Amino acid sequence: MQLAGAAGAVSMLPMIGCATPAARASAPRVVVVGGGFAGATCAKYVRRYDPDIEVTLVEPNKQFVTCPGSNWVLAGLRGMDAITHGYDALRRKHGVGVVHDRVTGIDPARRVVQLAGGQTLAYDKLVVAPGIDLRWNAIDGYDEAASQIVPHAWKAGPQTMLLHDQLRAMPDGGTVIITAPGGAFRCPPGPPERASMIAHYLKTHKPRSKILLLDAKEDFTKQALFMDGWQQLYPGMIEWIPGSKGGALHRVDVANKAVYTESGFTRHKADVLNVIPPQTAGRVALDNGLADDTGWCPVDQGTFESKLHPDIHVIGDAAIAGAMPKSGHAANNHGKLAAVAVVSAIRGYEIPAPSTVNTCYSLIGPNHGITVAAVYRLKDGVLAGVEGAGGLTPRNADAATFRREANYAAGWYTGITEDTFG
Amino acid sequence: MRMSNRRGRVTLAALVLATMIVLPAAAQAQVTRGQMMATSCFACHGTDGYSSGDMPAIDGMAEEEIIKAMKGYREGLRAATIMDRHAKGYSDEEIVEMARYLSQLGKKH
Repeated sequence: MQLAGAAGAVSMLPMIGCATPAARASAPRVVVVGGGFAGATCAKYVRRYDPDIEVTLVEPNKQFVTCPGSNWVLAGLRGMDAITHGYDALRRKHGVGVVHDRVTGIDPARRVVQLAGGQTLAYDKLVVAPGIDLRWNAIDGYDEAASQIVPHAWKAGPQTMLLHDQLRAMPDGGTVIITAPGGAFRCPPGPPERASMIAHYLKTHKPRSKILLLDAKEDFTKQALFMDGWQQLYPGMIEWIPGSKGGALHRVDVANKAVYTESGFTRHKADVLNVIPPQTAGRVALDNGLADDTGWCPVDQGTFESKLHPDIHVIGDAAIAGAMPKSGHAANNHGKLAAVAVVSAIRGYEIPAPSTVNTCYSLIGPNHGITVAAVYRLKDGVLAGVEGAGGLTPRNADAATFRREANYAAGWYTGITEDTFG
Repeated sequence: MRMSNRRGRVTLAALVLATMIVLPAAAQAQVTRGQMMATSCFACHGTDGYSSGDMPAIDGMAEEEIIKAMKGYREGLRAATIMDRHAKGYSDEEIVEMARYLSQLGKKH
């Protein structure tokens, strides 16, 4: 199978030879689409595993603002600069070709990627890391235009600052409403961490304010740890309402910053409203036939090769990856697994059986961190957590442990962003 | 007729290129499972086991030192916040494979 992949790579070379300088035509080519945690890591690690492979990373933005850490910006614990990363190190230290452009089409038969600027990139292996797209209008009244008034802040950047600034402008005694979506979504602990970080800001500056977390679901990750922390640090400030008790959104009234729940019978008025809408795989995946009816991308969970298009790997939030959550940490590790698969296939080596991890740090307060971790192996074709391993910070941990986890949360951020972009 | 001759030359060129590609690529070492597992550590600890932040560095550790630490975490004999939960995911053999790879990387800072 690996040898067939190498032969396939070779058979297309005469076709692509005319599109690229002859001197470079002899190196196998990998194109990575999307420069987030998954794509940037994959591009870097393909080059680390085999410097003879030419890697081109296609990413529209010159800088990447990470979702991890963006709740810390809302709290006032970090500035935007601290969560913004460029691609210079990938170019300079790892020899990755970085093209700032947008993909307009993928032709799996010819193995070429078409860019908006007119350039065509030929590939032997393509890795697509498109992140998420937001399902506009999945909630009545909430579309892309509405997000300029009522931020989602679920893709970090200007949206983060919009929510940040609205919180700063809010009067003491106001109500912040955060709505969390149903279905699979990016960063499962993100909504309760956001509530925590906003609570930290409010406790410090506007202590009479309240936070309402309206949740389409019945429970959330690290729930007991979050709720213990809220009781301890922000008593009475955060109220969580699950779907069956009126948490599920019916409609958003953007002009009045109000939401309707319970089939429209209950109205909640906010001073600051943050709607996190339902999600799908990123647009590039949807437009190029890489997603199934669920809106996410089915892959061989050992190699992340698409089940719909051979020789295209889909990684990160967009991929259906068994028990792995849609997290930056998981995305980084998908990037590494796909890099191993791609390099092994190009070289004609057997691909090792996958072993990978997830680690999610969340801050409840500046000195109160919690984690969930897991080690994953393939079980009946699905990435499943190793039994007896992983799990949560113990609920009965002492204050020193929660403080250490908060310190390590910052350490984790430095480690993963250096591993991805450095 | 002329076209088919041209195709023939292209096929020959492809075969020549095939030789050029496969040889340098095959000269690269295979990515081992130990390397793949150890690489997953770098997401927290930084590439090659070192980052500039507060996560403890694991670069430059001897093979035996890593094995002892990981088994200690796994058996609950070593104080941990999260490493106990990670270490339980690995067999003795896997710990040795990871330690062997990591210890070869040497000190990075």
